[in-house]
Amino acid sequence: MHPWIGAGEEDRRRILAELGLSSIDELFSSIPAEVCVERVALDDGRDETAVRNELISMAHANLSPECVPSFLGAGVYRHVQPSVVDAVLSRAEFFTSYTPYQPEISQGTLQVIFEFQTLMCQLTGMEVANASLYDGATGLVEAVLFAHRLKRGKIDRVVLAETVHPMYRRVLSTYADPAGLEVVVVPPGDDGRISAEAVRDAAGDNRSCCVAIQSPNFLGIVEDLPAVAAAAHETGALAVQVIAETVSLGLLAGGGAHDYDVVCGEAQSFGLAPGFGGPHLGFFTCHEKNIRQMPGRLAGETLDDNGQRAFCLTLSTREQHIRRAKATSNICTNQGLMALAATIWLEAIGGHGLRDVATASLSRAEELKRRIAELGGGWKLAYPSSPTFNEFLLTGPGTGDELARRLAEEGVLAGVAGHRWGGSWPDGLLVAVTERNTAAEMEAFLDALGRVS
Amino acid sequence: MNVPADLMYGRTHEWAREEGDVVVVGISHYAQDQLGEVVYVELPEVGIGANAAEELGTLESVKAVSEFNSPVGGEVVEVNERLEDEPNLVNEDPYGEGWLVKISGSTAGEDLLDAEGYAAMIEEESA
Amino acid sequence: MRRRAIRDELLIFERNPDRVRRQGFQLPPLDVPAIEPGSVLPETSLRDEVADYPDITEMEVVQHFHRLSQLNYAVDEGLYPLGSCTMKYNPRLNEQTARLVGLAAAHPLQPVEQVQGSLRLIWELEQALAAITGMAGVTLQPAAGAHGELAGILMIRKALEARGDARDEVLVPDSAHGTNPATATFAGYNAIEVASGPDGTVDMGALDRLMTDRVAGIMLTVPNTLGVFEHRIVEISKLVHDRGGLIYMDGANLNAFAGRALPGLMGADAMHINLHKTFSTPHGGGGPGAGPVVVSEALVPHLPVPRVVKDGESFSLVEDDAASIGAMRGFYGNFLILVRALTYIWSLGADGLREMSDVAVLYANLIRHRLAGTYNLPYDSPTLHEVVFDDTRQTAYDVHNTDIAKRLLDYGFHPPTMSFPLIVHGALMIEPAESVSPDEIDIFCDAMLAIAKEAEENPELVRSAPHDTPVSRVDEVRAARKLKVRWTANHGPSEQD
Repeated sequence: MHPWIGAGEEDRRRILAELGLSSIDELFSSIPAEVCVERVALDDGRDETAVRNELISMAHANLSPECVPSFLGAGVYRHVQPSVVDAVLSRAEFFTSYTPYQPEISQGTLQVIFEFQTLMCQLTGMEVANASLYDGATGLVEAVLFAHRLKRGKIDRVVLAETVHPMYRRVLSTYADPAGLEVVVVPPGDDGRISAEAVRDAAGDNRSCCVAIQSPNFLGIVEDLPAVAAAAHETGALAVQVIAETVSLGLLAGGGAHDYDVVCGEAQSFGLAPGFGGPHLGFFTCHEKNIRQMPGRLAGETLDDNGQRAFCLTLSTREQHIRRAKATSNICTNQGLMALAATIWLEAIGGHGLRDVATASLSRAEELKRRIAELGGGWKLAYPSSPTFNEFLLTGPGTGDELARRLAEEGVLAGVAGHRWGGSWPDGLLVAVTERNTAAEMEAFLDALGRVS
Repeated sequence: MNVPADLMYGRTHEWAREEGDVVVVGISHYAQDQLGEVVYVELPEVGIGANAAEELGTLESVKAVSEFNSPVGGEVVEVNERLEDEPNLVNEDPYGEGWLVKISGSTAGEDLLDAEGYAAMIEEESA
Repeated sequence: MRRRAIRDELLIFERNPDRVRRQGFQLPPLDVPAIEPGSVLPETSLRDEVADYPDITEMEVVQHFHRLSQLNYAVDEGLYPLGSCTMKYNPRLNEQTARLVGLAAAHPLQPVEQVQGSLRLIWELEQALAAITGMAGVTLQPAAGAHGELAGILMIRKALEARGDARDEVLVPDSAHGTNPATATFAGYNAIEVASGPDGTVDMGALDRLMTDRVAGIMLTVPNTLGVFEHRIVEISKLVHDRGGLIYMDGANLNAFAGRALPGLMGADAMHINLHKTFSTPHGGGGPGAGPVVVSEALVPHLPVPRVVKDGESFSLVEDDAASIGAMRGFYGNFLILVRALTYIWSLGADGLREMSDVAVLYANLIRHRLAGTYNLPYDSPTLHEVVFDDTRQTAYDVHNTDIAKRLLDYGFHPPTMSFPLIVHGALMIEPAESVSPDEIDIFCDAMLAIAKEAEENPELVRSAPHDTPVSRVDEVRAARKLKVRWTANHGPSEQD
């Protein structure tokens, strides 16, 4: 017997008796003996304490960014986590419920999705948003496939800024290959930004279905979004903005203000634990006129038959469980609980609060950049004149990899190696700064730099 | 059974009515009944070529999507733009205001059923 | 009786209409000079203030979401008999281990020596899933079942290309879940439908005819979507393998035989597993899930990267491998979901897993036994962890499966799956899972029997259900015709036609 299994020994005997059977094995007679085993090659189950202790020992085998000064970014950011987020998330009515296919008893989940969709539209400036995707990388994939569909599958070339997160690019190639798409990568200029001219050259005349750019980009630099969108549209391509650090939307305008056709990316910054990479929260927004090509789930407002407002999933005919071979995408789920977490976080932080979080991140990053510039000693900003939000590329006495390790030995998680996936930019450390990095942490960072020369 | 005698029918439940040198196309009453309440109609672009028995567009209901085919060969000269805001017309008036497209050409020589033949076909299908 | 105390809740944007600014969270004090954004960022990049983005207090947040939560039915409330979803108990131990700071705060790009705990966890779960399924290799990367399915098909595609035998078709039974043909098509294959025989299993004659050297493989759900085990599975696998194809197994129904039978012995080359089904990770109102894929030796070289490797007592990552299909998503997988699954597997162990599938199958057969006199069984074969009825006896009174489902809400249960499998019209697919007590099963069966009686004696009551839910039957047609997918400032209450 086990606490998580509902029928005890006596219960099973009674049920078997009712079914007129003498052993449970009889119920499995349809499974051929040749595929069966006496038991699978695992140990027997253990009690809560034993299992918890094992997991605790694994947790302790990690060096946690909560325990040492941490400046890690590159797509996963350490922001404030109001206690109210986890408290609400732990409500069983939210986390143990299923996809809201029966709207009559899922209005809680559906209304949360509706609020999430609204908030994402407000922040990005776009007209419609879906109920979320797996993560930022697959968000980019979906944006590309979306653009491809809007061009009726007739244009197979995609222009991608090299300064979009390289890991997202790798994931895109996994999907581009079977879909027959050609990805053309545009490197940044000397200022670490993508130029409109480079975009026009790469896109050609009606030869590309979309141009995708990330801002703030992988190097932390704010791109010239209006110019790139204009260049994309001039060539007949859709303009896609990718965002990896959504707190930037507290200060920076989203692509909706600059005529982008899609704004997508990763919303982990909205209150989600870094969690060693997942689960995170992809998002996707676009124009209302293209809503039928939008992937993923969508909550809509309607009425019940008493005339009361109600919410339900809508446009499901795009999804694969109905369209089967003609589905708009492979996405079968959203990251429901993560979208809930982000919604709680956004509502707890508030509109002015988000601006404050973004301003604090920007201010701390600028202060750190200023102090590094004063430090000298072989440490230099790779792009000192380019505008950044809360992340920047720092070069020093060694490769990015070496610097990360040596600074870790000095007690600081100083940044992510900028060449982890290669790149045409200088090798160095990507340093991310948020409202969580106290003045003391920043001093520790600078001290550590001083000791590594 | 709602199968107007003056129309021709494709085996995939479209109807065709000649109006001068153009053929008006829609789906039958039986088809809209099977589909359920139509929420969206995806129509072809004006000017594209249509081939008999090949897909022209789709009809979406809440639970299903169905392609509709062209009963005749020719060119799409007009589409029913009212359906964008009023897809329900396909259900309410499938042979009238719920028409889908107009194609240049004629029903002559195409592999179509007359009303009696179509009625027999759906009789057998629903058996 | 199970009724909801709370009936509705305003949208957050409808509260505080004068937009009085309140504070929901206190930030750490800013102990560096505050930067004026325009002084370091281009003016054109700055945003306007977001209109109508509320500023509310912590209490308002709590109350808003508390009231919203009360509008939901959930596994913690009662039986959730959704076929093919395996709505089992989400153990609270999982929630504790997933929140251990050392695991939750780990950054995926820390140098490997700093994250040995996380890497070890991934490796341990891979070992456990390989043992449970009798397979040679594992990836934990995919974020959901459908995602894992795509990974499996892409690996099959890559394996065939690698041996110079690229093919262009994939066979899919007509009873399959819609993701199967969608995935095959996405991967560049033509999805060819294989008919089911009279008992819902694959028709061997049809398979023989269709399995040519153009076919990369077959996608099978075992047991199938009617709850019936493909008893000729070994024969099917042999036929496909002999003609150069590979077997993809949809593992959505693993709860039926985990601990007892091995897909590795059935001839599977790739099988996805839904951790949020079989291994108790929470459904979360629609995700996040996780869709690991277990593979045979033939596909091991093509597993996604990055991969965890064990070298002595320590772990590292392999980022590149030309034979791999590449990365399916960012980083390594839905790691905090993996934590929960491993917690569950270690808690149950080999003995507990066998008990789990035993009771899942026992309960489903009990329900079948109790309801078979009242609801029609379209297929007569033995079923395992789920059973599919249809509404043909009730349609005699013009009561359909949707009506039965909505009336079940009044009895305090979530309905079974209805729109699926497509080969059964008017389906009611019931999967009880193993978590609830027999009393709950009794109450559910009694409710189903009562509704059948109502269908006969008072059909209008059933057709007009639900009567006792926060909202009554929702107009989904209107939702699709008059699309409203966000709140806007001139958003009045929805107009009546």
